[in-house]
Amino acid sequence: MSVLVFVEHSQGSFRKKSFESVLYAAQIAQNMGGTVTAVVTGNLADGEIAALGEYGAQKVMHYTDARLDNFSSRALAKVVCNAAKKAGAKVIIATHDTTGKAIAPRVAAHFMAGMVAGAISYPDASSGFVVKRNVFSGKAFANVNITSDIKVITLMPNTFPVVKTGGSASVEKMDMAFDDLDFAVKTQSVDKASGDIPLSEAELVVSGGRGMKGPENWYVLEELAKELGAATACSRPVADSHWRPHNEHVGQTGGTIRPNLYIAVGISGAIQHLAGVNGSKTIVVVNKDPEAPFFKAADYGVLGDAMEIVPRITAAVKKFKQNS
Amino acid sequence: MKILVCISQVPDTTSKIAFTDNNSKFNAQGVTWILNPHDEWYALVRALELKEAGIATAVHLVTVGKADVEPVIRKALALGGDEAIRIDAESEDPFTTAIQIAKFAENGGYDLVLCGKESIDYNNGTLGGMLAELLNLNYIAFATKIDIAGGTATVAREIDGGEETDTCPLPLVISCQKGVAEPRIPNMRGIMAARTKPLKVVPAAAVQSVTNIVSFEMPPAKSGVKMIDAENMDELVRLLHSEAKVI
Ligand SMILES: Cc1cc2nc3c(=O)[nH]c(=O)nc-3n(C[C@H](O)[C@H](O)[C@H](O)COP(=O)(O)OP(=O)(O)OC[C@H]3O[C@@H](n4cnc5c(N)ncnc54)[C@H](O)[C@@H]3O)c2cc1C
Ligand SMILES: Nc1ncnc2c1ncn2[C@@H]1O[C@H](COP(=O)(O)O)[C@@H](O)[C@H]1O
Repeated sequence: MSVLVFVEHSQGSFRKKSFESVLYAAQIAQNMGGTVTAVVTGNLADGEIAALGEYGAQKVMHYTDARLDNFSSRALAKVVCNAAKKAGAKVIIATHDTTGKAIAPRVAAHFMAGMVAGAISYPDASSGFVVKRNVFSGKAFANVNITSDIKVITLMPNTFPVVKTGGSASVEKMDMAFDDLDFAVKTQSVDKASGDIPLSEAELVVSGGRGMKGPENWYVLEELAKELGAATACSRPVADSHWRPHNEHVGQTGGTIRPNLYIAVGISGAIQHLAGVNGSKTIVVVNKDPEAPFFKAADYGVLGDAMEIVPRITAAVKKFKQNS
Repeated sequence: MKILVCISQVPDTTSKIAFTDNNSKFNAQGVTWILNPHDEWYALVRALELKEAGIATAVHLVTVGKADVEPVIRKALALGGDEAIRIDAESEDPFTTAIQIAKFAENGGYDLVLCGKESIDYNNGTLGGMLAELLNLNYIAFATKIDIAGGTATVAREIDGGEETDTCPLPLVISCQKGVAEPRIPNMRGIMAARTKPLKVVPAAAVQSVTNIVSFEMPPAKSGVKMIDAENMDELVRLLHSEAKVI
């Protein structure tokens, strides 16, 4: 039994979520008595590839075609299918991020395989092959049984702790045939905030709503975020009013995040907002209205004005860091 | 240029989520059904805009579902679109839904297939990719902007932590999200016109499902919020460190 895991790199280095997917694949292989092969593409140094071994990959297939650095779901899905056939993989894993979400459904359709998108558990093989995922925007979980021979799973990032398990991987350089259509999607420009932690990967998030009153007050949230090493997010009306960029908008029509800590400031906690954040492990709510619905979904609450409370939290974090 | 828009119905966001049959089935009792917002607000409206701009010649809507989805499909037709097609199958397994649409679309001469980024009930977000693979087409996921000129699509799409702009010649499958268009409300004329627009029913292809939902669970209830004195943020930080263990 062989498990294949596709991992993406960002400009030549792997992110935590990639290691998490490799660990997940390795655990499945161990439970089912099999081996793990990772698939990587494009411009990547051997030293960086070797790091995947420390998270449980036994073998890495490196598809080196330079055209693969230009994102094409069609070409990358072909790579994964090619690798899966070579490895005889029965379980195929990708990360539930914008890349994995574009590729994995193609791979599943290619193999006529059942797919679980956004898994939050290991497969339970005691009766079938059952994987848990969020449904109804986090308001419930579904246990999905995959009945096909080959199984495809995208793993929700930030679901399992990431720890090195030790080990090393052999690396094989791979080549395969493509057709022109595979590279018909051409990247023209990329607009990416560099240096910041992408919101979808952040473990700590500081978020603001209409209660912040205006973009000029965001500096208090940014100062807290900086002190914590957190990313910033916002409610939909905030993005709609152009107080913050759209990629910070979380909720049913925005991003879905599940950080360890979500601090919601001046956000009422409408059901459509909660849909994007209710998977957070711990929620802190700062609101001046004791009746704000968000308090019902919170672990810790602070009643008061955002502009007074947030700087106090920042100061307390600073003090805590100095003393520890 | 012909556009196919994939639409599905979902429970209204404020619906109570409950299950029956020993937690194995969604309890649809008392649920108000709406068009999936990503399909309605973004995919469908953008298709209509492209037709109004003279770029698209026809906009067809397709849905996989039994007869009970028709009222919602009529609502979609009230926004616009030339005709709707209902493929007469239960839409339970994402892959079989994709096969149904692929079998219908493969000989339809569509240049552009638009779907929503995900359905807000099961949140799979897999249909567009599966469909593209089955139709052997290119696929761009999570579009925030779509322009078509001279047979080529220019598409801005969400990437982790930003946005990327791609070009690709048609035919193409695109999943749409916020940004692609602005929501519209159907007007009286549209509602009247929708009554006489064709809503064709196509028989289902025979396909084997590859997944099934064994059971649903509700998330564990929160133990209740702990209110912290606004004067004592040191206490909040202490709790986040030693109780919640998140900092
Ligand atoms: C189909 C649909 C999809 C939607 N999708 C989303 C989505 O993806 N994401 C999303 O966020 N919303 C979404 N919404 C909108 C959602 O219903 C709410 O309207 C929105 O989340 C409210 O944003 P808010 O909490 O920032 O603003 P408000 O509801 O105006 O709340 C502001 C809060 O700030 C508090 N406040 C005011 N002043 C202060 C102060 N000085 N200090 C501290 N607190 C203060 C108030 O007590 C209040 O609780 C959607 C709606 C629909 C219908
Ligand atoms: N039963 C269906 N019929 C037609 N289109 C669908 C159906 N289910 C999903 N879709 C389309 O596929 C998109 C993604 O849905 P999903 O992959 O189910 O999350 C939706 O936004 C719709 O555009």
